[in-house]
Amino acid sequence: MEKFISHTGAAAPMDRSNVDTDSIIPKQFLKRVERTGYGPFLFFDWRYTPDGAENPEFVLNKPGYREATILVAGPNFGSGSSREHAPWALQQFGFQAVISSTFADIFYNNSFENGFLPVQLPEETVREILDRIRPGYELTIDLEKQLVSDREGFEAYFEIDPFRKHCLLNGLDSIGLTMQHEDDIAAFEERAGLEPVASEA
Amino acid sequence: MTSQENTEIQPRTMFEKIWDSHLVREETGEPSLIYVDLHLVHEVTSPQAYEGLRLAGRKVRRPDLTIATVDHNVPTTDRSLPIEDPISKQQIETLAENTREFGITYYDMNDENQGIVHVIGPQLGHTQPGKVIVCGDSHTATHGAFGAFALGIGTSEVEHVLATQTLRQFKPSTMEVRVDGKLPPGVTAKDIVLGIIGKIGTSGGAGYVIEYTGEAIRSLPMEGRMTVCNMSIEAGARAGMIAPDETTFEWLRGRRFVPQGAEYDEAIERWKDLSTDEGAEYDVVVELDASELRPHVTWGTNPEQVVTIDDAVPNPAELPEDKREAAERALAYMGLEAGTNIKDIEIDRVFIGSCTNSRLSDLRVAADMIRGRQVHPNVNAMVVPGSALVKWQAEQEGLDAVFTEAGFEWRAAGCSMCLGMNPDILMPQERCASTSNRNFEGRQGKDGRTHLVSPQMAAAAAIAGRFVDIREWETTPA
Repeated sequence: MEKFISHTGAAAPMDRSNVDTDSIIPKQFLKRVERTGYGPFLFFDWRYTPDGAENPEFVLNKPGYREATILVAGPNFGSGSSREHAPWALQQFGFQAVISSTFADIFYNNSFENGFLPVQLPEETVREILDRIRPGYELTIDLEKQLVSDREGFEAYFEIDPFRKHCLLNGLDSIGLTMQHEDDIAAFEERAGLEPVASEA
Repeated sequence: MTSQENTEIQPRTMFEKIWDSHLVREETGEPSLIYVDLHLVHEVTSPQAYEGLRLAGRKVRRPDLTIATVDHNVPTTDRSLPIEDPISKQQIETLAENTREFGITYYDMNDENQGIVHVIGPQLGHTQPGKVIVCGDSHTATHGAFGAFALGIGTSEVEHVLATQTLRQFKPSTMEVRVDGKLPPGVTAKDIVLGIIGKIGTSGGAGYVIEYTGEAIRSLPMEGRMTVCNMSIEAGARAGMIAPDETTFEWLRGRRFVPQGAEYDEAIERWKDLSTDEGAEYDVVVELDASELRPHVTWGTNPEQVVTIDDAVPNPAELPEDKREAAERALAYMGLEAGTNIKDIEIDRVFIGSCTNSRLSDLRVAADMIRGRQVHPNVNAMVVPGSALVKWQAEQEGLDAVFTEAGFEWRAAGCSMCLGMNPDILMPQERCASTSNRNFEGRQGKDGRTHLVSPQMAAAAAIAGRFVDIREWETTPA
C-alpha cells in the first residue's frame, strides 16, 4: 500500500451533504474486473451532460479545481454501497485526501485500505475551509502532526486512530499484518472444531 | 473480585456475546481480529480481490466457509440467450473462473440455488444465529435478522477474509432500537425501518451495531425481520440484528445447511443463549411506537427524506436549517413541488424486488393487492423474485399468473433495477415506486426518480398509477 505522510495540494469544494458512493462512481462502471482506470468515471453523472460533454457547472470542471488533490465535502460523505471503487475513483482522478465532518463507515475503512486519507474535522471547521476555498487555494495535510493548514494562517488539528495512522505512515498491508498471526487463527479454528487448514509448503 | 470473574458475570448484549466468541486476537490500540463463519461472494466486488490473491501467491484459507453466486449483474430476461453486454459477461465469467481456481462453491446463473446473496444465504440455511457473516455488499446486515453479526465490507477486506478468514475490526458501539406496540393493518416491516431512518437519519447509526427489539419486532415473521435489518446501512449502521426466537428456529428448521434432527435441537439450545442479558446496557437507545406508524413513501434522494402516505412533500424552508439545502436539491432532482400531496404523485414504473423485499411473502402480499385488476395504462411494472427458488415457489402458487395477467413483467432472479447494473434501468425523469432500499440520484438509472415503499404500496400504485393509501385499498386474496 502507498504511504501517506504529508501532502500539499489544491482543494476543491463539494458543499453538499450525503455524497453517496452511487454518485462518486455510478454502477455502470462497476462491471470492470480491474482495480484501476476508474478516474475518468468519477462523479460521472454530475461531471458530464447527457450528450457526453463536460458540464461546465460542475466544480471539478472549473478552472482552478480541475487539478485539485484534496476534496472538501459536506457531512456523511461516502454513504451507501460498499463499493471500494469509490476511493479507487477518487484516488485515480488525482485526489489524495477528502475532508468531511462525518464519513460512512465502510467508505472510511475502504479509504485507509488504499492509502487514501479521509480527514475528519468538526462541521464548523469544514465550513470554515469551504468558505476559504477559491480556485487555486492550497491546503497542507500533515498526517504525522495531524494538522490541516493553509498559507494564510488557518490550522486545524484532526483526530485519527493511532493504529490507522501508523499503517498509513508506513504503507502497511493489512493482510500481511494479519498473516503474522496465523498461529492465533489456527488455534481459534481448533477450538471451534473446524478441520485444520493444510499448512503452506 | 478479580477482573476475570467480573467479566464473567457482566451482562452482555447479543452483539457482545457474538463478538467475544469470535475474537481471534485482541491487542490494545489495534483493531481486533475476529473470525468469519460465512463469507458470501458475488461478481461485482470480488474480481480485484482474487487478483490480489494471485499476485501475492496466496490461497483462499477456507473455501468450505465461502459461497459465491451471481446477482448484481445478471440479466433477468431469458437466460438461455447470451449476455449482450460484453463487460457484464466478462465479470460473470471471471467469478466462475475464480471460484473454480480457488475451489469455492458457486451457484451460477442457471443454478436452482442462484439468487441475491442475501436471499439465498438464509434460504439455504447457511445463515444461522450466532455467526459472523460478511459479504462485499452493504446490505449484508440482512442476515442479522437471524441473530448473526453480519456486515458489509469493501474489496480489500474481501481479499483479507479470503486469505485469512478473519476481519480486522474496531469494536462498534451498540444501539437498541426498541419498537413497541402493535403494527396497524397495512403497515409493514418496510414502514418500520423507513420510520426509524426518518427519525435517526442516514448517519444516525454510524459506528453502531443496532439491535432491534420490542413487541412489533418480535411479532414480525422472518421475512419482515430481514427487511428491517437489511436497511440498517441506510441509517449508516455497521450492522443490524434481532435476537433469535421460536420464529427464527422454525423458519430455519430443515433447511439444507442447518444441523438436522437432534443436532438441530441442540443448536437451538445454544442459540437461545445469544439473546441480550437482562441488565446489559446499550450505548444508545432509540424508541418508536409501532401503533403510530403509517405507510411510508420517500420523497427525496436519500432514505431519511420520507413522509407518510397521508402527508405532503415538505417545504424545505420549514425543515431544520441543516436539512434545507439537501431538500431543495432533492426536490429539483425529483421534479416535485413542495406541498404536493403524496397521493397526487403519478408514477411511470413499479419495481417489486431487491434484497429488501423480494421474498415469497413479499410477492404474496403484493399479489393480494392486484389480483383481478390491471396495471394502469401509464405504468410499466415488473416483479423480480429474490432467488430462483422464490421464483419457482411463487410459480407453484400461481403468483406469476396473477402478476402477468395484471400486466406486470415476471422476471428471473437478481438485483435488477434496485441498482440497474443489468439492462433493467429507469429512463431519465421516469418516476418509480420501488420496494428497494436506495433512492439516491441515478441509483436506478441516470436522472431516474425513485420512491421507496413497501411491496403492498408498490403493487397498489401500479394499479392506480399514483400512490394510494393501502389502508383504504380492497385486497383480493386468492
